[in-house]
Amino acid sequence: MEGIADMGGTSGWGPARPPRADEPVFAEPWQGRAAALTILATRVSGRNVDAFRHAQERLDRAAYLDEGYFGRWLNAAELMLIEGAILAPGAIDARARDLRGEHVENPPVSVSVPESARPDAGPPTAAIAAWRSAPGSLRTIDAAPAFAVGQRVRAKDISPPGHTRLPGYVRGHAGIVEVIQPAAVFPDTHAHFLGENPQHVYSVRFDSHELWGEGADSFSVTVDLFENYLETTS
Amino acid sequence: MTTSSESGEAPSAALRTEALEQLLTERGLIDPEMVDAFITNYETNVGPLNGAKVVAKAWTDPEYRRRLLADGTSAIKELGFDGPQGEHIVVVENTPTTHNVVVCTLCSCYPWPVLGLPPSWYKDPAYRARVVKEPRTVLSEMGLDLGDDVEITVRDSTSEVRWLVLPERPAGTEHLTEEELVPFVTRDAMVGVAKVAAA
Repeated sequence: MEGIADMGGTSGWGPARPPRADEPVFAEPWQGRAAALTILATRVSGRNVDAFRHAQERLDRAAYLDEGYFGRWLNAAELMLIEGAILAPGAIDARARDLRGEHVENPPVSVSVPESARPDAGPPTAAIAAWRSAPGSLRTIDAAPAFAVGQRVRAKDISPPGHTRLPGYVRGHAGIVEVIQPAAVFPDTHAHFLGENPQHVYSVRFDSHELWGEGADSFSVTVDLFENYLETTS
Repeated sequence: MTTSSESGEAPSAALRTEALEQLLTERGLIDPEMVDAFITNYETNVGPLNGAKVVAKAWTDPEYRRRLLADGTSAIKELGFDGPQGEHIVVVENTPTTHNVVVCTLCSCYPWPVLGLPPSWYKDPAYRARVVKEPRTVLSEMGLDLGDDVEITVRDSTSEVRWLVLPERPAGTEHLTEEELVPFVTRDAMVGVAKVAAA
């Protein structure tokens, strides 16, 4: 889908930040807790890593940007917990207001909790351990790769309505297959619990002028693209 | 009784995080100790020191360097580093004439087992949006000026493949051992937004 998360090539962001050598891992204590809680929330709400990225992808501009990286994780966690019928809409806001002394009515913590709302749920107490030892996204498949190293391919000019890892800036553009990477679970279906659909992944090298026009600086970009995103081109 | 601030400013992320932790803990879905363990792990165990050890070994052991460039995941695992966000790590080498720089334009995918969690500049929209369109300018803003003869490849991490840059070993470090080289290797050089400074 198109959304704020697909940032490649967009403008209006100002200069890049110079790195700081002494930057802490978590600038504020809540950020570390939000990170861990989001990983736990993904598991207990029956989501998976692709559904988590899709939750981020659906945030509006303010929810995505205003409180930074861990703020968007927190907002995505809330979305996953609501969709997994673990928390009612407004439950976090109400409890947060309660914590700062506003005596607000707390909504019921959750509505009914049907198991079917949490397709990829695991045992909650094992959530961090399960995450660390999860089978991951790589799969071995029998199908031969549809494209060969050195072949010229084109990223399809499509706008998937749901989750996708096909960035907008390469759609419709041609490049050369540089590496065939291990096959992996297809995010576009896995994020929606429509099957793993594992397939080959290709690192495709695009010339900067193909992507950005004749006036662009000279360089290249490699993008790791699932087989379904690619088509042959002359 | 309600107060006048009830409909006021939305609660901060810090307060909403505390609320979320309470709600999940009360329902028996999580244990706060799991949260503590995660934070300790990424603050103390899993960080760029792991990647620095990989790079220093590659600089001093040609056979290891060959294995690292051929199969990054396995060579990195030899040193004990693996885990989430490191299922398949590809290592690419920077030289005086070719320069790789890594980004994730769609979120902030990053090779956690060797570099830890990503720094703020990597997650910043300006970096994510612009480094695939004007890498020379972005790198210059970040303090790295590359000559026009240097061929730049930007690596956009759009799948589960994770990229690690093997930086150039700086001149003047020939007398140093693997252990002595480790402190010179920076996170920023292993993403490709800096070079390793000479000793």
